[in-house]
Amino acid sequence: MPEATLVEAINLALARAMEDDPDVVVLGEDVGVNGGVFRATAGLQKRFGPERVLDTPLAELLISGLCVGMAAQGMKPVGEIQFMGFIYPCLDQLVNHASRLRNRTQGRLTCPMVLRTPHGAGIRAPEHHSESTEAMLAHIPGLRVVMPSSPERAYGLLLAAVRDPDPVVFLEPTRLYRAAKGEVEDNGEALPLDTAFVLREGRDLTLISWGAMLKETMAAAEALSAEGIAAEVIDLATLKPYDEDTVLGSVAKTGRCVIVHEAARTGGFGAEIAATIAERRLSSLLAPVTRVTGYDTVVPMARLEQYYMPSLGRIMTAARRVCQFS
Amino acid sequence: MASRRVNQDLPVIARFEVRHRNYVSPDGSITRPLPASASDANLLIALYRAMVLLRLFDKKAVALQRTGRLGTYAVSLGQEAVSVGIASAMREEDVLLPSYRDNGALLWRGVKLEEILLFWGGDERGNRFSGPPHDFPFCVPVGSQAPHAAGVAYALKLRKEPRVAVCLFGDGATSKGDVYEAMNFAGVHKLPVVFVVTNNQWAISVPLRLQTGCETLAQKAIAAGFTGEQVDGSDVVAMRAAAEEAIRAARDGKGPRFIEAVTYRLGDHTTSDDAARYRPAEEVQAHWKKEPIARLRAYLVAQKMWSKADEEQLAAECHERVEVAAERYLATVPRLPETMFDHLYAELPEVYAAQRREVAGGHDA
Repeated sequence: MPEATLVEAINLALARAMEDDPDVVVLGEDVGVNGGVFRATAGLQKRFGPERVLDTPLAELLISGLCVGMAAQGMKPVGEIQFMGFIYPCLDQLVNHASRLRNRTQGRLTCPMVLRTPHGAGIRAPEHHSESTEAMLAHIPGLRVVMPSSPERAYGLLLAAVRDPDPVVFLEPTRLYRAAKGEVEDNGEALPLDTAFVLREGRDLTLISWGAMLKETMAAAEALSAEGIAAEVIDLATLKPYDEDTVLGSVAKTGRCVIVHEAARTGGFGAEIAATIAERRLSSLLAPVTRVTGYDTVVPMARLEQYYMPSLGRIMTAARRVCQFS
Repeated sequence: MASRRVNQDLPVIARFEVRHRNYVSPDGSITRPLPASASDANLLIALYRAMVLLRLFDKKAVALQRTGRLGTYAVSLGQEAVSVGIASAMREEDVLLPSYRDNGALLWRGVKLEEILLFWGGDERGNRFSGPPHDFPFCVPVGSQAPHAAGVAYALKLRKEPRVAVCLFGDGATSKGDVYEAMNFAGVHKLPVVFVVTNNQWAISVPLRLQTGCETLAQKAIAAGFTGEQVDGSDVVAMRAAAEEAIRAARDGKGPRFIEAVTYRLGDHTTSDDAARYRPAEEVQAHWKKEPIARLRAYLVAQKMWSKADEEQLAAECHERVEVAAERYLATVPRLPETMFDHLYAELPEVYAAQRREVAGGHDA
């Protein structure tokens, strides 16, 4: 199987989706000739033409609104927002239109669109380029929120997102764009949009994460095993809807759970998972569900971002504390 | 101004103009040669009938609201000529993107009176209407449907379909980036879309002079690279002619058009509003003299195309239609509570199914 980086896997999936379905259109800032600032759309305009791979004016609200209009006409637009820090003008379109068009017209009009954007810090980018506000999006009924953590899952989940009949926000871990490499077979096979992935099995502790933080989380699991702690690692992958069964099943087995996310703690998606576990598996718990997250402050710029993002050390400390709880 | 004098030797590199269209004056007399569409007596009478029906329907809707049988409702009183005139120039296959006050356009396109009541009565089924299935539902967040119109038009152009997107919004919407972003994109790609602003002078309590420093709203199209025209929005003959020209140009690949329909909202913003709080009665009275229905009637009567008997018959017909629609609306049984989860996704994810069952259980109990 050929090896690809995560961003190359995104590119493969987009090309495959466009090849398979003439209704798929890619739009955004610099996605055409330039192939996107991260090259996620490299070569697509040359291959599929400027009408299907179009450089939009510099207007994020417009990009999301165009997607709604195109999707309501039965097209399958894939919009790109250059960085997550610029997605906020799209929220009106996502909350008021994309997510509810099907419901408010009782199925008469639908919105099969994808909005892709790079997610997270850690690449020493300028201000406003390091956001991880996925919980805001996961709060919107009618939307799907997806975040891959490997090239293979990026490929399969993006194909699924494009083919899905409902709006999907697809968050791409910026830090892993080129750092994550793996074997990706361009076979057109999609992955399910409501299933978490168990990356590592273990009986002592459940570690749950998504996106780029899986890198540190997997490293923590490896280090913990040297200490005799067998950690199970779950890549949530889809935040809305999220796979409660896999999470609850794992916690029922291990009785201990640490949730790791880069986003700020308050109102973060970890709180949703912790609440679900408390509501449904309290009797299984041997220790309090614990979160390792970004802090409740503005994401610092490059010089301090490493102190903001959960580190291997912080995950290890939390895991040991949970395992020693009695 | 000093600076202007100083710069007079600099060359002018662009000049723009905005035209104003009117044919029928408030007293029904003709101000200029009529457009071809005005020679079609059946069309003029159809426009007249649609406006009269809309006004009577509004009256009934307000009566239902005042007696607690309908939710908040927005009347078209005084501006009926805009939505009716525009819709009359559209083809079935064209795509309408209306704001919440464009009942006249929906009715012309085949949406049933009772479906409109159902929506304002708080039932989403009103949006699954009998009009063209590709038309958009009412848009409440002001101006946010404009980018959709650009997206629809892009899809139509990409698929080489000879169809046009027609987007209606009010003067307040022209202050929003949504509208400008959409127009700008439509200009870039010469999309088959017509933007229509119903300039009824008031965005709830905020007058036009606080929305814009521009002489006209039509000129906003110039900055987006296409033609904007100002039309007497209380002259349905002018509205129809302007819409026909704009839609034809868009269909023929000549790109977008913008129509500013200058009219007046004689009623309150909605049934929840009291316009007497912010605008003088004299202003409203002055605009009653220009309103579109009396104006077209004066013309039709002068042309001997309409009689008192016709008027009486029409009033009776409209009354009957509105009463029957109201009865149908009131007889519509509410949806089962758990159907709030229906059409949320193509298929409801299992993780939310328990919530649906909870609602259903509560209902059954």
